[in-house]
Amino acid sequence: MTDKKEWPLWEVFIRSQHGLAHRHVGSLHAPDAEMAIMNARDVYTRRNEGVSIWVVRASDIAASSPSEKGPLFDPANSKVYRHPTFYEIPEELGHM
Amino acid sequence: MYAQMVKTGVDHIQSKEEMSPEERAFQDRVDQDIKIEPKEWMPEAYRKTLIRQISQHAHSEIIGMQPEGNWITRAPTLERKAILLAKVQDEAGHGLYLYCAAETLGVSRDELMEQLNSGKAKYSSIFNYPTITWADIGAIGWLVDGAAIMNQVPLQRCSYGPYSRAMIRICKEESFHQRQGYDAMTKLARGTPEQKAMAQDALNRWWWPSLMMFGPSDAESVHSAQSMRWKIKINSNDELRQKFVDQTVPQAEYLGLTVPDPDLKWNAERGHYDFGEVNWDEFYQVIAGNGPCNRDRLRTRVKAYEEGRWVRDAADAYAAKKAARAKAKAA
Repeated sequence: MTDKKEWPLWEVFIRSQHGLAHRHVGSLHAPDAEMAIMNARDVYTRRNEGVSIWVVRASDIAASSPSEKGPLFDPANSKVYRHPTFYEIPEELGHM
Repeated sequence: MYAQMVKTGVDHIQSKEEMSPEERAFQDRVDQDIKIEPKEWMPEAYRKTLIRQISQHAHSEIIGMQPEGNWITRAPTLERKAILLAKVQDEAGHGLYLYCAAETLGVSRDELMEQLNSGKAKYSSIFNYPTITWADIGAIGWLVDGAAIMNQVPLQRCSYGPYSRAMIRICKEESFHQRQGYDAMTKLARGTPEQKAMAQDALNRWWWPSLMMFGPSDAESVHSAQSMRWKIKINSNDELRQKFVDQTVPQAEYLGLTVPDPDLKWNAERGHYDFGEVNWDEFYQVIAGNGPCNRDRLRTRVKAYEEGRWVRDAADAYAAKKAARAKAKAA
């Protein structure tokens, strides 16, 4: 009953409107990129959710390791001065 | 529910002291509502239980296309036909979202297909009942999808990231399913006496199987307790069933239809409806494979898979040919 080889997994990214970035929406199996885009249209944009589709083979994505989350993002932790709320602006100046 | 009586493989709930440091850290994150993502460490029992639960849910969506697909060519108007087609297509989509979520836990699509087609995998008891009149399509949308929503809305908050995200997509689409069903029932209930009788007959046949969807009382179940601790189950079966009854009875009254339960009555003290006992013997018969349509559903599923083989083979051959040409061109 099982086919000889499974179709590769593709990650699907959809841009919902012009001006916004493509966003990951899910994944699907397809034999090639062309079919992956056609399937993505049927699986992920049945209600006008997109104006553009990207598909990427899941095996081509390099990802950071969850177990190294601590050390990887640690450098940003101590730099509160990167946020606007770090600075106090006199109230009489109004919005800045 | 779409996944019924999911086993966890545990025989008691571990206390924090009994847990390994990894297990404790995991449980702490779940307790703090931090989502668990695919490659992070998780207890083996959590992973296996989730695969069982998500794949059962996915199989239910796939098999669930059959009872409704039965009426696509016989829908009473072109509009109803277009609506029903869109709904059945959504069910296929929901199955696909869920298979993808299950695959992030390390099971392959082929394994999942094999489990479904061989009859090894379970799917919801509800899809083993026949759709003998058009009113059944209305009743399924209203009652079956209504019951599914009861369970799926809280699951949007479940602890496993990919499952939670799939549930969010599904819930967005599911509301259309219930409303189109109620709309079809309304048309019949306000139609000729024959049409109203059809609507009543469909309610009579689908009411109890819909209540069975939530599964037997799990107040004493160690599996449910474990699943709730892991936050892959949010409410007890009885809780959801009560909520469904409370929500649905006024909807039936509005249609002028009678819920087929002589024990049904409002309990002002509890602020809920009291209702009769579900026939659990029937439920166990259906999940054991002896419902009215179990064999037919599986046969249809396997036939569709086998008859689609040449399409999959052709797509494979075409992809291989194109890849070979691209390679030759590059060389």
